[in-house]
Amino acid sequence: MRHYTSALYRRRRFVNRCAMVLCLLAAFFGLAWLVLILGTLMVKGVSALSLDVFFERTRMRDGGLGNAILGSLILTSAATAIGTLVGVAAGTWLAEYGGKSRLARAVRFINDVLLSAPSIIIGLFVYAVLVLPMGHFSGWAGIAALTVIIVPVVIRSTEDMLNLVPTELREAASALGAHRWWVVSRVCYSGARAGIVTGILLGGARISGETAPLLFTSLNSNQWNFFDMQGEMPNLPMTLYQNMTINSFIPDLVNLAWTGAMILTLGILILNIVARFVSRQSH
Amino acid sequence: MHVSTKRLASSRFAFPGASDKEIRILKRNALIDRAFERSTQAFALAVLLLLGAILVSLCVSSWDTLSAHAVDFLTGDRWAANMEMFGALPAIYGTLVTSLIAVAIAVPVSFGIAIFLTEKCPEILRRPLGITVELLAGIPSIIYGMWGVEMLAPFLNHIFPDLFPAGSGLATAGLVLAIMIIPFITAISRDVMLTVPPITRESAYGLGCTTWEVVRGVIFPTVRHGMMGGVVLGLGRALGETMAVTFVIGNNLFFHPTITGQGTSIAALIANQFPEADGAQRSALLALGLVLFLITFAVLATARYMLNRIERRAA
Repeated sequence: MRHYTSALYRRRRFVNRCAMVLCLLAAFFGLAWLVLILGTLMVKGVSALSLDVFFERTRMRDGGLGNAILGSLILTSAATAIGTLVGVAAGTWLAEYGGKSRLARAVRFINDVLLSAPSIIIGLFVYAVLVLPMGHFSGWAGIAALTVIIVPVVIRSTEDMLNLVPTELREAASALGAHRWWVVSRVCYSGARAGIVTGILLGGARISGETAPLLFTSLNSNQWNFFDMQGEMPNLPMTLYQNMTINSFIPDLVNLAWTGAMILTLGILILNIVARFVSRQSH
Repeated sequence: MHVSTKRLASSRFAFPGASDKEIRILKRNALIDRAFERSTQAFALAVLLLLGAILVSLCVSSWDTLSAHAVDFLTGDRWAANMEMFGALPAIYGTLVTSLIAVAIAVPVSFGIAIFLTEKCPEILRRPLGITVELLAGIPSIIYGMWGVEMLAPFLNHIFPDLFPAGSGLATAGLVLAIMIIPFITAISRDVMLTVPPITRESAYGLGCTTWEVVRGVIFPTVRHGMMGGVVLGLGRALGETMAVTFVIGNNLFFHPTITGQGTSIAALIANQFPEADGAQRSALLALGLVLFLITFAVLATARYMLNRIERRAA
């Protein structure tokens, strides 16, 4: 048993212990910040929470966040709907028809780049092509910017999920005489549905918190906006930003911003959890 | 009419024994097939065009600045809109410094968490911790910014009053960015480390390696490119981040070669000035956006290249 006590063995054991302790510390360090952030959000957010927050519009005093929440819902759901249409179609082509062709590889690469492109650039792009020619900020521009952000997410998940559908299923359907479009739309989609829905929900969660692209497109407004897409669309992230910067001298508005931040984060976490639940059911 | 009967005749040749009705159905389906493929392809091509459109529209809308200032725009160290001076150096410096600080802090921490999750974590905790990391990657960046300005900046100012006279600054922004990209890099490195086949891992353990030796000698060398790809992807996210940075960077437009002092970044400068800008200033800010786009494009393309190599190996 001499080698168990040799210097080399002890040194290796020591190095290993040190490394593992450092890993554990890293895990604590990483998670501690996040616990701190969520804790701050809850403590500060609850203080101004009331029913008025949901039903009053934003005002300098005694206001709520109702119009901002409604506007965010409109922007996010419209962008998610358009993004689903475009993203599922393009993802289908990549998985079912594109294969390893040069065009498909180029689209895949560009999509991966767009997937993590800075959202502020997307905002500037939509500003240059929509807001400048139209001459004013609008809900449409906001929807366009958010759509550009969600489409790569949907494309990626659609393609990944369709690739998981076994080729034998496609071949079996074809052997029975089914046409290609029928195979894709009935056989492949039903196999990949849960995964695609998960991708769409995660994409929706992502765009609902985006602030930078809305800064130059939808802007913000303190009025109720019921589906007037030509006008500026109030939204939650921009309201938080303005309350924390240009209105930060008013304590009530800062408190309201924290409540809004809590609502936004909870909404996004719930969407994420629902998405995970959907994908789990399919397994 | 004549053409269609001719086609029908040739189809009858291709499908002997098929009735007119069957041939019509076959033809209709063939048409739908082609329409389906072409229309989905059109959407895929739209994605390809989107990148070109972003590039072209930014170039066109910032042409005034690009043609008037050219290289001076990149090297000028003064940004004063009221004097029509547009030097992007302070913003570029701030962007690079904050991102590098963020990566320097986030990489060791993320790798540590990933090693813990894949090698040491008890089985019961593995899934919940993994899900927590993924959920945290979904929190919007404006929340990090708000937390940074309300909690972190006063805290840093309180602890190190000499280094952080105002609390905000490049280092504060770097720290907030680090906290933001830790879940992101952790999730990617964990996924990449799990692509190492269990057999390889177990053989190393069977030879008597310690956990650290397995990680260092077996796992890291096999998935080096994937881990690097994850890091570079995190860097790309940090470079373009707007809201988490704008709150805490200090928005100082004067160029100082400082680490902890106040400064600005490309994204923060655009977010601050764009809403009230027009004319030459707007064009200059759009040019700044173009610079940011080119930097992040180069970084993201590198990351993708590295990650694709890992994916090909895993497949």
